[in-house]
Amino acid sequence: MENSVPQYILDSLKAFQPETALTITFCVALVVDLLIRRNRTITAWVVLIGLMISMALVSRQSQGEASSIFSGMYAVDGFSIFFKYIILATSALIVIFSLHSNELNDNKRKMGEYYSLLVALTLGMVLMTGASNLLMMYLALELTSISSYILAGYTKEAEDSSEASLKYVIYGALASGIMLYGISILYGLTGYVDIYGINQALSTGNVNSIALIIAGILIIVGFGYKISAVPFHFWTPDVYEGAPITITAFLSVASKAAGFAMMIRFFKVTFLDPSVGTLALGSWASFPGFEWNQILAIISVLTMTLGNLAAIWQNNLKRLLAYSSIAHAGYMLLGVVVLSNEGVAAVLIYFVIYLFMNLGAFYIVMIVANKTGSEDIDSYKGLGYRSPLIGIALTIFLLSLTGIPPTAGFVGKLYLFAALINAKWFWLAIVGVLNSVVSLYYYVRILRNMFLRQPERSQGQLKFSSYQIALVLFLLIPTILLGLYFTPLVEFAQASVGMFGTR
Amino acid sequence: MVVVLLLPKDNKDGIRWTAALFTWLQIILAVIIYMKFDRSMAGVNTESGFQFMEKATWIDIKSVAWFGRIHIDYFMGIDGLSVLMVILTALISFVAVFASWGIQKSLKGYFALLLLLDTGMMGVFTSLDFFLFYIFWEIMLLPMYFLIGIWGGPRREYAAIKFFLYTLFGSVLILLALLALYFSVSVADPTTGEKVHTFNMLAMMNPANYDAGSILDGVGTYWRYIAFVGLFIGFAIKVPIFPFHTWLPDAHVEAPTAISVILAGVLLKMGAYGLMRISFPMFPDAAVYFQIPMAILGLINIVYGALVAMAQEDFKKLIAYSSISHMGIVVLGMAALNTQGMTGAIMQMFNHGTITAMLFLIVGVIYDRAHTRGLNDFGGLMNQMPKYSGVMTIAFFAAIGLPGLSGFISEAFAFLGGFQSEKIRTITIIATVGIVLTAAYMLWTLQRVFLGTIPEKWKTLPDINARELFTLVPLAIIVIFLGIYPAPMINLMTSAVNALVNVLNNGGGTTMLGH
Repeated sequence: MENSVPQYILDSLKAFQPETALTITFCVALVVDLLIRRNRTITAWVVLIGLMISMALVSRQSQGEASSIFSGMYAVDGFSIFFKYIILATSALIVIFSLHSNELNDNKRKMGEYYSLLVALTLGMVLMTGASNLLMMYLALELTSISSYILAGYTKEAEDSSEASLKYVIYGALASGIMLYGISILYGLTGYVDIYGINQALSTGNVNSIALIIAGILIIVGFGYKISAVPFHFWTPDVYEGAPITITAFLSVASKAAGFAMMIRFFKVTFLDPSVGTLALGSWASFPGFEWNQILAIISVLTMTLGNLAAIWQNNLKRLLAYSSIAHAGYMLLGVVVLSNEGVAAVLIYFVIYLFMNLGAFYIVMIVANKTGSEDIDSYKGLGYRSPLIGIALTIFLLSLTGIPPTAGFVGKLYLFAALINAKWFWLAIVGVLNSVVSLYYYVRILRNMFLRQPERSQGQLKFSSYQIALVLFLLIPTILLGLYFTPLVEFAQASVGMFGTR
Repeated sequence: MVVVLLLPKDNKDGIRWTAALFTWLQIILAVIIYMKFDRSMAGVNTESGFQFMEKATWIDIKSVAWFGRIHIDYFMGIDGLSVLMVILTALISFVAVFASWGIQKSLKGYFALLLLLDTGMMGVFTSLDFFLFYIFWEIMLLPMYFLIGIWGGPRREYAAIKFFLYTLFGSVLILLALLALYFSVSVADPTTGEKVHTFNMLAMMNPANYDAGSILDGVGTYWRYIAFVGLFIGFAIKVPIFPFHTWLPDAHVEAPTAISVILAGVLLKMGAYGLMRISFPMFPDAAVYFQIPMAILGLINIVYGALVAMAQEDFKKLIAYSSISHMGIVVLGMAALNTQGMTGAIMQMFNHGTITAMLFLIVGVIYDRAHTRGLNDFGGLMNQMPKYSGVMTIAFFAAIGLPGLSGFISEAFAFLGGFQSEKIRTITIIATVGIVLTAAYMLWTLQRVFLGTIPEKWKTLPDINARELFTLVPLAIIVIFLGIYPAPMINLMTSAVNALVNVLNNGGGTTMLGH
């Protein structure tokens, strides 16, 4: 069949519209920033519109069939679409957050670059969700990383921000170097960089298993760094604490989502053993010889436990939430360990819920820091009396992070643990639930300061603008609603686990 | 069904009266339930045996190829096991509202949380869907944390977090057992015939619904025992059964009076209720298997609780430990696994609820006046506060188990049950020592507080006022009435208890055959 190359690329471009829209937004934002100097927020609005357009394009794709474009470089399927929604929604919310962050807008800093970089970061993450070729994966990862290095250090007058950025660069460079090494070994073993090709090569069985294990572990390092899993998490607390809070929130949700998307796709596609056919529908087997899910199980236990235990000792709320987000990455890894669609669906469900509750918590920390100038846990003393609405909202977000019904966080955990129990990973389920008991302790410390302690001196009421309250409610309502009625979310997630080229 | 969900917005007196009104409505509903309750219907494991049922689909997620349909019902109903608890909850909540009249600090938040707690308690006693049960069970944690933490005594922060952590630890174990049960049980959808996993408690009680090869399939298997132990620990923390009891004295001492009343009156019962509603009928084989360990734990609770109570100087702590001792009788009665024991256990739950509520109210009265709870600080109050002393004497004698008061009947039944069960007869005999100990510390306390000469500083203490009497007298009447004529209470539950014992005998019987 005569298939001219340009035609093929044109066809691919049709399925690449959301990403193209993001690229155009990036360019337009840069130009607008150069041309219109007076209005400092115009770039933000341009970016917001671009994100909306991109999201609309994604929703148009969701009707279509799963496909692979650019000669197997990039997959467009329910799985990546789901993550694109999460990333784009987070990105849009972060732009809105950034509009009134004192930290960012204090001095006459140029904000145009900030918003354009945010788009570049978003683009990188969106590409990560669909990348089905090791090179593409690596490039997307680097695009994400480089944008986030700059953004983490964006408030460059602040010493800790620069420190955070530098640490981030060093860790990131090391991790991606190691990952690249793993990729090259894998390429050397199989002769493919395309993950479907690698899968085929592996299924012939002529692969040195020790080399394969080494390559796999090296690649896990790269993923582990991105999702900040223990023991590759050392950058996380410093970066999260030093970076502007909007970026911290963004990294803790979207960057993790992208990392998970890429990791799940990589493991599922690459190590899927198509010859095992006797399993229950929806589970899959990986090739014998490399038990990557056992490694992930251990990493997950370490991540949860360390994240939670370290969070107990934190007094800076940003740092506390950083450790808590490490712990949450640990919970989500549980869903990957079980090797079933059910587990993947649980991860998807968890991410949507995590988006609302974690961004909600970060947003409140931000607006409180705007007022009080402090992220210290002591500055929350009596917050529940100084501003009851915000106090109650933060309470609900934190309870949701703990996983106490009837909040959405419970539903997220329920699905993860259900997947574990169904797959008979009992010890892991027990470790998981015990960890959520531990996490209660540090979340409750904040509640205690808010409600059980009186404000120091005679601090007055804290007033927040109706715009801020509306945004809090926008995040709060789903956090409660999804806890009481989760049918639509679960159905959507279960419909989205399908990946191109897998059953 | 009584689900009170309201957030009062008006002020002070308005809030108080709204709360009182709603709990009063709840009492009226409870009385209606009592009147209309058909005493012959058994319930426990048959849907037709339940009364005042409400069933509606709550969550229904259609199935995908690799994951079955998820179906969760809003499913509530009452049978002989729960009807007394519902009445008790209504009663205690009402009393608690009046006992909180003196609260000054953020009144609105207080009553909102109190009513949320009330909702949770009612929900637990009436839900028949395990998922729903779990949600209600957890809903209570937060209000309780804040009620102790904000309105409590000096060490309130410690007590509140301890309570929260302990109970959450128990809850997650229940959650795991819940999930394991969910994946093991499936029933056919009546319209389509497809097999659907279910959270329906009644379906979980029917061995025929367990999928072949699932984790909890079979009788007397390893996994069934583990699940039973998980559930048992979860519920035992709430009861609380030794060695999971240490949160209780702290929580009681620090909590404001009304909350202590609810805690002792209703919350502790939920653990025992959970064992009866969930653990026993779903795992009859394991219940039989663990009969002796359960009885031993009951024994430890009775004797240990009483001994520690004897050593207390603090009035509230004394009652907290006496609660532990009395809940031991409930556990022992349940461990008997026969009709008398079960009946005794349920009666003891109700009676302990009313008696201990009285005791805590009594402590509250004296603390409000003297601002101390040290037992040795008092003496000779009999002359100073005669009405108060009268009520208190009734409560104390009821707690001792004096014939003629309700405590006697239930303890007698529980011990009788234990005595009849051959396996735990010896344990029961030893446990009766606990009664003597109870009498000892209760009488000693009475003596220290009321007899002797009154210290100079308490000469001005006023006697109990009308509002306090209003909370105590109805409870006292119930205690005396049920002591003389317990039949109304026993009739309510006889058929349900018989059904439960049948389940245990059948399920347990097969275990013995299996071995």
